[in-house]
Amino acid sequence: MNGRRVVITACSAITPIGHTRAEIVSSLRGGVSGVKPLREDHLLSKVIHSQVFGTVDYPLDFDFRRTFRKTMGPVAYYACQVAKEVLEQAGLPPEFVTSGRLGVAFGSTHGSPTVQREIYKTFFGGERSEFAAIGAVDYLKSMVHTTAVNITKMFGITGRVISSSTACTTSSQSIGFGYESIKFGMQDAMLCGGADEYDTTTVAVFDNLLACSTAFNDRPRCTPRPFDRQRDGLVVGEGAGAVLLEEYEHAKKRGAAILGEVVGFACNNNGGDLILPNRAGISETIRLGLEDAALAADEVDFVSAHATGTKMGDVIEAQAIHAVYGEGPLVTGFKGYMGHTMGSCGAIETILTLYMMQDGFIAPTLNLEEPDEQCAMIRHTLELREEPIRIAGIENFAFGGVNTSLLIKRFV
Amino acid sequence: MTREEIKTEILNIFSRDFEIEKPGLDDDLRQSYEFDSVDAIELLMGIERFLNSELTQDEKKMALEIRTINHIIDYVDGLVRVREREAHA
Repeated sequence: MNGRRVVITACSAITPIGHTRAEIVSSLRGGVSGVKPLREDHLLSKVIHSQVFGTVDYPLDFDFRRTFRKTMGPVAYYACQVAKEVLEQAGLPPEFVTSGRLGVAFGSTHGSPTVQREIYKTFFGGERSEFAAIGAVDYLKSMVHTTAVNITKMFGITGRVISSSTACTTSSQSIGFGYESIKFGMQDAMLCGGADEYDTTTVAVFDNLLACSTAFNDRPRCTPRPFDRQRDGLVVGEGAGAVLLEEYEHAKKRGAAILGEVVGFACNNNGGDLILPNRAGISETIRLGLEDAALAADEVDFVSAHATGTKMGDVIEAQAIHAVYGEGPLVTGFKGYMGHTMGSCGAIETILTLYMMQDGFIAPTLNLEEPDEQCAMIRHTLELREEPIRIAGIENFAFGGVNTSLLIKRFV
Repeated sequence: MTREEIKTEILNIFSRDFEIEKPGLDDDLRQSYEFDSVDAIELLMGIERFLNSELTQDEKKMALEIRTINHIIDYVDGLVRVREREAHA
């Protein structure tokens, strides 16, 4: 479907392998893992079998004023920090930011679980008289769209708000829906992304489903192992990622630096089981993305796979990639570096792909030492390669049977 | 409870909960200190804790007109007097 061109004019990420562009690129080139031992949380950490977590363990210097801090839980701190960095980097005129022509598409898996825990403790541990301890701001800190609206508040953004909350496809949907908002003329720019804070509830959920990695508790950096024969499950992580999408003529007119172009997006559902991955559904998403971008499969030279490191998910995804792309593009699973950063993974993986696209290298899938023969039919990136990426596909899949495919193109 | 004691506690609340130090007693709180609807609700909860007494819905509605520290002191002073009268009735 024809529409306006959409380009990326700024990006920023907080990840377990670094915050600045230089740190992240260095980690990708050096094979650095951000997976660390699970921290004591005085609730679930002792009973969870998986004792690893993709952790942001470096200090972050937040300098938000009280009027903004008061409605922010940890997830909103992450979100507002990357949003702030993106707006600074983009250099949009202040009058445009508040004009209504800039919108926000930003989400998280379930708001702030840290704040939610405190609310539940009061509800279930106290007398009615103690309910007053639940502050008026606790809902604003914990609600599912807390990231998006704290961003709008901090920067006075008055355009549309989209707050996707579809677990692992949260931020790929943010970018995709933001892209469509600009493509079809509803907005001239969209600040898109996702964030998730340190949270053992999510680990416990996947742990109960026997989907978490447990065999490498004593060697955190060796897991997860996307597509590898020894993979034993996913590793939950934390982080945030944001990109600024802008209509091409608008960006060009103001002389913005263009980092890449979003050329296609697709989102669909498997229409059935809410947990099991589905080859037909994933393949269809990839095909629909290519159709939206008006691209042939052989024009794509890199795929960022969702690749969580689970036994079944990786096999189904490899089959789906092969069904559409054959052995054409190089495939990397970034979760080997940082685990599964949940609601932020789509945005973070898009940003990592952009960095590689700009710098002309392709990072290997960390911990992929011996590809599982059931996943071996695609072209895995097994070592660092100095070669350009012209067009990349970014795939993400979520509980609930939601699938997304984004296509981005190097801007020349 | 004296008016001076109320003033001291209100200024403590503003310092502790809102990071607003030594506000002018007649300053418009919204214009001068970005005091907004969320802060107003938090302030009412702070007042309940200070008085160790739950505010009625009507009392909370009366707070909608508050714009300055002096308004807040008047408001809390009124609440204190009502509770004192009730205690002696």
